Amino acid sequence: MTATAEAAPTQVIPLQDRPPRRRLTPYWLLLPGLAWLVVFFVVPMVYQASTSLQTGSLEQGFQLTWHFSTYWDALSEYKWHFVRSFGFSAIATLLCLAIGYPLAYTIAFKASKRWRNVILILVIAPFFTSFLIRTLAWKTILSDSGPVVETLNALHLLSLTDAIGLTTGQRLLATPLAVICGLTYNFLPFMILPLYTSLERIDPRLHEAAGDLYARPFTTFRKVTFPISLPGVVAGTLLTFIPASGDYINAQLLGSPSEQMIGNAIQKQFLNVLDYPTAAALSFILMALILGMVTVYMRKAGTEELV
Amino acid sequence: MTEQLREAATAGGDVRLTGIGKTYGAFTAVQPLDLTVPQGSFFALLGASGCGKTTTLRMIAGLEEPTSGTVLIGGQDVTALPPYKRPVNTVFQSYALFPHLDIFENVAFGLRRRGKKDVKKQVEEMLELVELGPYARRKPHQLSGGQQQRVAVARALINHPQVLLLDEPLGALDLKLRRQMQLELKRIQTEVGITFVHVTHDQEEAMTMADTIAVMNGGRVEQLGAPADLYENPGSTFVANFLGQSNLIPAEVTGSADGSLLLSAGGARLAMPKARCATEASSVYLGVRPEKITIAGADSEVAEGRNRITGTVVDSSFIGVSTQYVVRAETGQELAVFEQNMDRDTRLTPGAPVVLHWNPAHSFGLDAAQAIDAGTGEAAA
Repeated sequence: MTATAEAAPTQVIPLQDRPPRRRLTPYWLLLPGLAWLVVFFVVPMVYQASTSLQTGSLEQGFQLTWHFSTYWDALSEYKWHFVRSFGFSAIATLLCLAIGYPLAYTIAFKASKRWRNVILILVIAPFFTSFLIRTLAWKTILSDSGPVVETLNALHLLSLTDAIGLTTGQRLLATPLAVICGLTYNFLPFMILPLYTSLERIDPRLHEAAGDLYARPFTTFRKVTFPISLPGVVAGTLLTFIPASGDYINAQLLGSPSEQMIGNAIQKQFLNVLDYPTAAALSFILMALILGMVTVYMRKAGTEELV
Repeated sequence: MTEQLREAATAGGDVRLTGIGKTYGAFTAVQPLDLTVPQGSFFALLGASGCGKTTTLRMIAGLEEPTSGTVLIGGQDVTALPPYKRPVNTVFQSYALFPHLDIFENVAFGLRRRGKKDVKKQVEEMLELVELGPYARRKPHQLSGGQQQRVAVARALINHPQVLLLDEPLGALDLKLRRQMQLELKRIQTEVGITFVHVTHDQEEAMTMADTIAVMNGGRVEQLGAPADLYENPGSTFVANFLGQSNLIPAEVTGSADGSLLLSAGGARLAMPKARCATEASSVYLGVRPEKITIAGADSEVAEGRNRITGTVVDSSFIGVSTQYVVRAETGQELAVFEQNMDRDTRLTPGAPVVLHWNPAHSFGLDAAQAIDAGTGEAAA
């Protein structure tokens, strides 16, 4: 008995004395990911950063001249594109939250196990067709003689949206509302899935406990369920807002030139105008603005305590 | 705080269940049962998992809707009331503390929902009562299991419920802590005088804490009574085996004399008090608790008038305060014997012939029509 007790503890080898190969294992495991990031993220970023500071033209070639005023010029020329980008995506994100939260809540708490899987599959089913095809389909849905416009017209709702500037001329297509609808539709799954994961983890007994402690069902939601699901809300809004801000397909297909978002501007500069420095500068401005907003948002939401 | 709780307690916390039952489709979780929990008592619902004890508790809390019957609390019919309108609070099995709130806010939750003023003072007093004052600003996950359990109790008690419901509140704790918390809960209950209804599968826990135990089996209340009463006079083989350990010896009634039944069990002649026999049948089980039996070498003298069975030691295990023997008796069963370690007879090793004897007054009788191993755990599996 005593003999085995003495023999056991001597097996622990301090970290620095372990064979070097074993110490390096974590780094070897990181290598593929790091290599991928360097080749496909860091290198293009540096290349784009340098492009944004070059001057010249396609015919004469571009030279790095540290021309910072490109940034200022781009920002002042396209400030309304930025405003529209963030405005449309913010509204779309709120709509996604309003549509996605009840749905995620139902899947997590109310649906039976079988229905849960069916609904989750339906949520991601749109991904089986291409983004482009789905957005084109919306063009048909919202078309001037389509059933949606006719119904809304019959209900005189289009006059209302006309009045607040979301639509113009009693039509949906080529209006801000159409772009917002497209964004909401396309990014809805990115809202639902994180919401579902965070709601699904909540112990149903917390609801019972709240009820037992005199909270009515709505108070239970306000004081218990929603605060605990906040990490999901934060993740969902980021996953919706960030890609929606940079999107250009929806504005391209469902909007008119006056609904153009910053993605459209960047695309045009890169592919049509061939003004690479301005395009690169716009990309960096977009990135910086999103980073800034996300930082403020995360601070406000106080997620570090919740996750 | 204690005085206020006492006031709430005397407001009347009788829990009266009449014909209350619950079925899920074809499955009956709780057979319609009547139960009265007197105000101020510590009442335990004891049974193996799936016996309907938790469902019964949840019906009192309003978390489960009964299929039949009514629930009365302090004379008020609460059957149709949602949980948030009932004068009861629950301590949940996994505590169900709100992970996003600190201890103070967890405890204050019920008060705030009812718009109470002066929350701070009450919460602080309540945290004092459960000895968690310094932990007010911690989050639940920063506390140990025992501390979380006390938060759960404080969170429920602060609302001055007429009845406190406890659903296996100590199930997640290790043995030592559980013993400590049993005494703690008992202390709090005595101090505040509120009716406690405690659900547990641990018979020792139920006996330590409760004034009255309802032993449940298969959705029915098998027997109800004070712990010592249930232990000494079990009414069924299930209770005999589930509460502690029993030796049950099949026997035939051969006659009776001065308030005693005379029995024959595989050649041995035994006796038991007529008053302690729960059946009129002629085929009975004679029961005797292992600690009531004296074990001695086969050649020992046995006083006249004691029940006496010879046998052979099959196994002996030394567990400190006592030694537990398994003896194969002449009647064919294996009998358990607990002997205090005062003067250990070193000859009592496996294979040794022995004589077991006990005072006939320590025997009880059960109807032999029941399964002999009901409630042993082997029968349940």
